[in-house]
Amino acid sequence: MSRTRRAFLATGAAFALGRPALAQAAAKVVVIGGGFGGATAARALHGGGLDVTLVEVNSTYVSCPFSNEVIAGLQPMAAQRFGYEGLARAGIRIVHAAATGIDADARRVTLADGTARTYDRLVLSPGIDLRFDAIPGYDAAAAERMPHAWKAGEQTLLLARQLAAMPEGGTVVLAVPGNPYRCPPGPYERASLIAHVLKTTKPRAKLILLDAKDTFSKQRLFQSGWKALYPTQLEYVPLAEGGQVTAVDPDAMIVRTDFSDYKADVACIIPPQRAGRIAAVAGVADRSGWCPIDPVTFESRLVPGIHVIGDAAIAGAMPKSAFSANAQAKVCADAVIDLLAGRAPETPKLINTCYSLVAPGYGISIAGVYHPAGGVLADVEGAGGISPVDASMALREQEALHAADWYRTITRQVFG
Amino acid sequence: MRPAVLAAWLLAGSVGMVLARERPPPGASSCAGCHAEGAAMGAIDGRPEAEIAAALAQYRSGVRPASVMSRIARGFSEEESRAIAAYLSRQRPAAPETSQERP
Ligand SMILES: Cc1cc2nc3c(=O)[nH]c(=O)nc-3n(C[C@H](O)[C@H](O)[C@H](O)COP(=O)(O)OP(=O)(O)OC[C@H]3O[C@@H](n4cnc5c(N)ncnc54)[C@H](O)[C@@H]3O)c2cc1C
Repeated sequence: MSRTRRAFLATGAAFALGRPALAQAAAKVVVIGGGFGGATAARALHGGGLDVTLVEVNSTYVSCPFSNEVIAGLQPMAAQRFGYEGLARAGIRIVHAAATGIDADARRVTLADGTARTYDRLVLSPGIDLRFDAIPGYDAAAAERMPHAWKAGEQTLLLARQLAAMPEGGTVVLAVPGNPYRCPPGPYERASLIAHVLKTTKPRAKLILLDAKDTFSKQRLFQSGWKALYPTQLEYVPLAEGGQVTAVDPDAMIVRTDFSDYKADVACIIPPQRAGRIAAVAGVADRSGWCPIDPVTFESRLVPGIHVIGDAAIAGAMPKSAFSANAQAKVCADAVIDLLAGRAPETPKLINTCYSLVAPGYGISIAGVYHPAGGVLADVEGAGGISPVDASMALREQEALHAADWYRTITRQVFG
Repeated sequence: MRPAVLAAWLLAGSVGMVLARERPPPGASSCAGCHAEGAAMGAIDGRPEAEIAAALAQYRSGVRPASVMSRIARGFSEEESRAIAAYLSRQRPAAPETSQERP
């Protein structure tokens, strides 16, 4: 055991013995956002003996992972909803309000209810905002006709209803943005499961997948699955063949590209994204809309004292996933604990694993290991990669099972 | 009750506060994202150090078939893997699941 770790244990023991002076002196950390990143960070910081306040606007969290399954009627919406009672039971102070202002000099967060909280360090895990200024015609009102369903909730249910109500022989258009965006393989899992619905309930209907890029996550695995399972249902249009959406007309249900106009019965438009708005308010987002961070501590490169984790952060090679957000939260929490105690944080390593379903019982995965290198989180060479392209159906079935078990495990760990 | 467990129980119970966690070595805190009681991936907290170290070595060399673990284990050196195995073996397995199954 290193000396710093031993010292840490000693301090921890003092906390555990509950000396009032020490307990009162516990440093204050405010965490904004109670999703996969923020809720995990709050738990880890609280476990480290800090005075933690979790600020989350909603009283129920709706999980995006497995929401594609809800859209396809394979999973009830109830399985996506999580309350904050588990975190409260763990002793974490939760304030259900929107954070609206951050004064980094005064180290103070203002909430929508007019109250304020001061902090020694602030952790932001606000997730994403959809950019309603990126595709002409696609604004918040258009999303009521052409759902993005990229934040789970009413949008998820809307797309599920539209799909179920679509006439046989209809056309679904699914538009995917360029990088970076939340959950790189997510749109292709959604395409797969929509194709599965069409194949099983409306075999003459079609899905057109318009992509603003030419390559994507787990591409070979998805495409070999599509060829085998959905040869007539799913048509993939990459950027090079005119996949980039240039405008939408929600009244006429038309999705435009430079090459064609697509008339849709159901249109799911996943627009470009940026870090959740509070990141820009705090001044931690750069011109890309995302937040540059130190890869050891996740502290903002722009504003000291503020750490950014999860989808909002520019995490180098790490994808914007719930798995990443959870792993980053733990590393960030340990760094915050060290920094507040005046110690140098250890250099971390992080793991990500993302499962996708190509069909029910047909799972594929991508995994990676990351470390700080050259100022960013980089892939550890030789590690990671996708499931074998020529795997047996037994492995696909096993990975589908692992996907479901991962979801159960992570949500129980974060919210349970 | 083993002495270590007893000590932990006494400390935790006497003041009702969370015990300081042992600091995980690089990479180890990511494992709990998948590994838990009741999941196909299985719980690893509290398993024997030698067993975890051997499994990681076999995943790394590819002798032991795996879905994702071979891809992950290759990201850690022998020394890092040993540190992870030692750390995980010292963690207390989570309490058995209580009711409240999600639908
Ligand atoms: C269809 C789909 C499928 C996916 N599948 C997977 C998968 O299989 N595996 C995987 O690992 N990932 C998956 N993801 C990605 C995953 O959902 C995100 O990466 C993850 O939610 C990121 O966590 P986060 O903490 O950064 O943000 P979020 O989980 O979005 O949490 C942000 C929280 O902050 C709150 N908030 C924001 N601003 C404020 C404010 N100002 N004040 C108070 N509260 C605020 C929000 O209400 C929200 O609860 C999927 C995503 C989608 C869209």
